[in-house]
Amino acid sequence: MKGISFGQYYPANSVIHKMDPRFKILVAITFIVATFLCRSAVSFLALLCIGIALILISRIPLRTIVRSIAPLLFIIGFTVVINIFFGTGEKLLLEVWGIRIYAEGIWRALFMFLRIFVLITSTSVFLTYTTTPMDLTDALESLLSPLKVFHVPVHVFAMMMSITLRFIPTLTEETQKIMNAQKARGADFTNGSLIKRVKALIPILIPLFSSAINRATQLADAMECRCYHGGEGRTRLNVMKWHASDVVYMLIGIAICVGLVLLNQIQLGYVMN
Amino acid sequence: MSDIFIHARDLCFSYADEEGREENPALQNFSVDICRGEYVAVLGHNGSGKSTFAKLLNYILEPTSGELTVGGLELSRKDLSDEEILNLRKNVGMVFQNPDNQLVATVVEQDVAFGPENLGIEREELRRRVDYALETVGMTPYAKHEPHRLSGGQKQRVAIAGILAMMPQCVVFDESTAMLDPGGRREVLDTIRKLNREHGMTVLNITHYMNEAAEADRIIVINDGKLLMDGTPDQIFAQRDALHEVGLEVPQCAELIHALRDAGVPIDGETLSSPEACADLLQKAFTKHAK
Repeated sequence: MKGISFGQYYPANSVIHKMDPRFKILVAITFIVATFLCRSAVSFLALLCIGIALILISRIPLRTIVRSIAPLLFIIGFTVVINIFFGTGEKLLLEVWGIRIYAEGIWRALFMFLRIFVLITSTSVFLTYTTTPMDLTDALESLLSPLKVFHVPVHVFAMMMSITLRFIPTLTEETQKIMNAQKARGADFTNGSLIKRVKALIPILIPLFSSAINRATQLADAMECRCYHGGEGRTRLNVMKWHASDVVYMLIGIAICVGLVLLNQIQLGYVMN
Repeated sequence: MSDIFIHARDLCFSYADEEGREENPALQNFSVDICRGEYVAVLGHNGSGKSTFAKLLNYILEPTSGELTVGGLELSRKDLSDEEILNLRKNVGMVFQNPDNQLVATVVEQDVAFGPENLGIEREELRRRVDYALETVGMTPYAKHEPHRLSGGQKQRVAIAGILAMMPQCVVFDESTAMLDPGGRREVLDTIRKLNREHGMTVLNITHYMNEAAEADRIIVINDGKLLMDGTPDQIFAQRDALHEVGLEVPQCAELIHALRDAGVPIDGETLSSPEACADLLQKAFTKHAK
């Protein structure tokens, strides 16, 4: 249990790792927009190339990326199947037992697959794999700070997020301990009907909740003792600094977006509308 | 040593029950003076009021009645400003029992920086303080580690560093060694001694371990919210029977001397606070007997 690490941060020394986390979020958003702007076969091909290039630049092993896509395979498969079997178009390819498969349906299924694939790789390459959760929290706080004008408690949310991150491993360890203690008392978590198994979780959840509340009170005292009084007047040990290169990457991201839209004009093959 | 840092006169505190009535008092007419630079152990069994005393010192709890002055600030005054409270908490740092429940950040050095960050310390000074605090507790090699991967003793040292980075004048340890194994306890006790001896900090160690209390310059024994004894470890350990009555034990070596005296063996001397001192007493008694 000690080996548990939150998030999926993959330490490596790449250009993307060194980017300012705030710009990473912005560039990731640009890419998400880009995937939705693609319409033609040419632009999707370009999108695929960019996705692969991103993986190569980030120096994250392909296996790790595949593992992050695995849980989403069902959704991807579902989308593909729906598009193949239920899509309509003009070019009829095949008709079996009343199910008509059109060329357009296959194209659309392929595009959907590419879209989801690049969506996942770009967000994971920019955010989860190359940025520590702490950096992400700080970046979000910094990006959302203009909302303070509208009295949105941005600092409080960021603080809550970082405390959550801090306590995930502690509470996981505790859950394991409680489970062992209940097993030693004869609790059975693996046999019986679903309802029985859910009921067996109650003796784990109650001690876990009460201890979490206890921890929270003690932490609150400890934080008060360390002069915590909200976000006002707080300084930071690590100040995020953006470099000219971050702006350049941002511009490249925007340029790619524009490029993809322009590529939509080359109407080779199928064009989605 | 005459510079008084903590001054309590007839201090009382009661926890309110659910209906807001005041329940049995946790502290009653408690009076004590603690000077700057002293190393004081506060002893008492569970529920004796020793932790309540600690929490009163940096205004986590508000005194019910009586007089309490810490570092020149009168806490029994009811109209303290937020600024005064912050300044008090900066001066009187508190290290708690459970190391897990006082670490805030996911990286050691960011956790150490939490206190001074709250105080609004400038970045360069902040960096300097974090380095100094980690250096003092000997955790510099772990600056970039995640706290949950450290041992109990190491976590507690990080917690101490977090307090040191605020540059306090006094550090209160509220049973900070109770959850640690003997190795971790040694690490923390050595750090406490270092803070007192080398950095001149006032230290209050609240504990129920006699051996730990023996390391202090002075011991205060609290029982049922009242001050029972106040003196050097030697003076306190000489009163074995009175300590037994309130459910506390003297260290084993002192217990041995007392038992031998009870059995009629003549042993002179008053130094009972360390095994070495007790061994000296025994040796002197033997050589005297041999003559």
